[in-house]
Amino acid sequence: MHADPKGVLTGVHFLDGDHACCEGTLAAGARFSSGYPITPSTEVVERFAARIPKVGGVFIQMEDELAASIALQGAVWGGAKAFTVTSGPGFSLMMEHIGYAVMTETPCVFVNVQRGGPSTGLPTLPAQADMMQARWGSHGDYGIVAICPNSPQECFDLTIRAFNLAEEFRVPVMMMLDECVGHMTEKVVIPEAETIEITPRRFTRRTPEAFHVFEPEEDLVPDMVQAGDGYRFHITGLTHDERGYPSMHVDVQDRLVRRLQQKLAPLANGRALCETEDLDDAEVVVVSYGITSRVAQRALQMARQRGIHAGKFRIIQAWPFPEQHIRELAGRVKAFVVPELNLGQMVWEVERAAAGKAKVVSVTHAGGGVHRPEAILEAIVKAVGN
Amino acid sequence: MSEMECVMEIPADAQNPVEPFLRMDRMPHIWCPGCGIGTTVNCFTRALLSSKADLDKVAIVSGIGCTGRVAGYANLDSFHTTHGRAIPFATGLKLANPALQVVVYSGDGDLFAIGGNHFIHAARRNMDLKVICVNNLTYAMTGGQTAPTTPSHVVSATSPYGVFEPAFNLVQLAEAAGAAYVARWTTYHVTQLARSMSEVFKKKGFCFIEVLSPCPTLYQRRNKMGDGLDTMKYYKDASKIRNGAPTAECALTKSGEILVGKFVDRDRPDFIELMRTEMQETLGDRYAGMEAPCRL
Amino acid sequence: MAKGFVAVTAERCKGCGFCVEFCPTHVLSLSSAFNSKGYHPPYVLAGEKCSGCDLCGMYCPDFAIFGARYAR
Repeated sequence: MHADPKGVLTGVHFLDGDHACCEGTLAAGARFSSGYPITPSTEVVERFAARIPKVGGVFIQMEDELAASIALQGAVWGGAKAFTVTSGPGFSLMMEHIGYAVMTETPCVFVNVQRGGPSTGLPTLPAQADMMQARWGSHGDYGIVAICPNSPQECFDLTIRAFNLAEEFRVPVMMMLDECVGHMTEKVVIPEAETIEITPRRFTRRTPEAFHVFEPEEDLVPDMVQAGDGYRFHITGLTHDERGYPSMHVDVQDRLVRRLQQKLAPLANGRALCETEDLDDAEVVVVSYGITSRVAQRALQMARQRGIHAGKFRIIQAWPFPEQHIRELAGRVKAFVVPELNLGQMVWEVERAAAGKAKVVSVTHAGGGVHRPEAILEAIVKAVGN
Repeated sequence: MSEMECVMEIPADAQNPVEPFLRMDRMPHIWCPGCGIGTTVNCFTRALLSSKADLDKVAIVSGIGCTGRVAGYANLDSFHTTHGRAIPFATGLKLANPALQVVVYSGDGDLFAIGGNHFIHAARRNMDLKVICVNNLTYAMTGGQTAPTTPSHVVSATSPYGVFEPAFNLVQLAEAAGAAYVARWTTYHVTQLARSMSEVFKKKGFCFIEVLSPCPTLYQRRNKMGDGLDTMKYYKDASKIRNGAPTAECALTKSGEILVGKFVDRDRPDFIELMRTEMQETLGDRYAGMEAPCRL
Repeated sequence: MAKGFVAVTAERCKGCGFCVEFCPTHVLSLSSAFNSKGYHPPYVLAGEKCSGCDLCGMYCPDFAIFGARYAR
């Protein structure tokens, strides 16, 4: 279906990533947000607070991130599309409720505008050091979807995609911005509402007697429901059977937890969003995401100018990790160079997927700024040289 | 007369009035013999019946703990959330669909220790939620540890030599934080409790009902206070109904007097009313309202 | 003829004794028989005194008993 025009600010704008992300939520149909201020993410909800009363919906600033991260889930079960926004310290606080969203299969979006860490770190400066946390930060076995935009335009477009994926897979989706992308101002084109594809919530067509809130359909995803429609459903964070009733049987746990990961399998491979360039004759592939991919773009340019056959693999969907792509490339390239604004996080996934068939070089940066293109170029040259 | 001789005639269509409100396929429940939580559920059922609530529009949200299990047994749209966070979940639920009657049903540790911050803010905002707190003065589910409500000198799993911390006076806290309705009963006061619950279903705003309940397996047993029935008799003997009493005078002790009653019943605009008023004041007819278009 | 009746679901009872204690007309007593879990459920000692007030039902934490008035 198409976007509701009430939330679509059609036109050509000059916006920063945070503001563009907010417009993305509105275009996607989000009509509830519960937030808590934290630099460098706050502008997303400040804009939402200003926009939503004129679009129709609610913003509530909660008393902390613990409250914000679960209030949005209450709103989802009340029928709304909902999200929250945070950065490192808040992301850590939200981990329990990300796990709750996974376990209850609540479709929703969490935006993390990453900043320097650990702890209070560098509130106003970029990093990309929450990438593993996005995947593993909550306790237990589970999977999520994480997406990394690298421009304000992508902050708009990919936020819509995040909501769509959340509805399709009944899973929380992490939008992993970084402070640079969040605070950079660029041209953002917002098209007409009719051209924006929205995945509607898959409300069940079954009657209350025939419906079970955790009974998967063929795609391993259960249909959705909302409070107030007479379904008298039960949701719990306890391990539960298809009816949502708590169960302590080992086979119920096995069935549930495996399905929660398995249902995301289509995203792990063919549908893993990425951007590639010059891979056909590549000897070395630069794997990057977010703001680092903009710096890597320059490094790749410089490498090609020197006659190095360097190719680009830009990760857009970081989780589930696009391992099939990397595995396939590992079979025919010499090396992967993985610059990140952290001391090495996604590089380990690249190494795992490469399975020893290609060299994997980490180009670290502790955060607080971005790489110089020369630093990435140096790694490319070295990787090809040996 | 032998036990088998008195047989009552039971009409064929007789049904326990609580059963339509329960997920009977999940019975028997997990609560101990003499625990009062089930008693409060009976009162809740009677209140829903007498207030003629549309059960499709009543949602119940619980946290974690013995009382938190109520959501799982209630035949309503029910949500068993995380420890301490029933109130913010309920907030989101209510704001997304204001037509819902949202009840929070949870225990003292869940609502006032880990959940304390959320309680006071929801009361401050006068969020239209009906909060039923079963106060058994302990963390029962995890084995009877000290809670912020455990009275001084009581022995608990984490205060083996006796509690020495001052305890919260929940009704005073609720009033101070801004609740529109504050009452306390015990599981002995079934009629009054059902009536209070029915009252709050008709009242807009943040309504708080504290219900004292035995925890015979942990609290009472560790303190040699007898079983559930002994505790109920204590409630009967030690409680005094003082409607309108100043909440500051309603503190509880290990085995002293228990003041019960309806203490606060005031009219304040609730969060939604306040929001609408302010938005309309500032935006006029540019205010598009708060109804989230469901089915989007 | 009693004004009301009580119905006991013995298997649910956990013998807490609330119904016996708080029945205003002392209709009930705990039986010496026990259910499959070993608890002693109530039995009707003085049925003719039952008013069908359902206080037993309100008190019962295990949903094992309720009372009602006979329809006239």
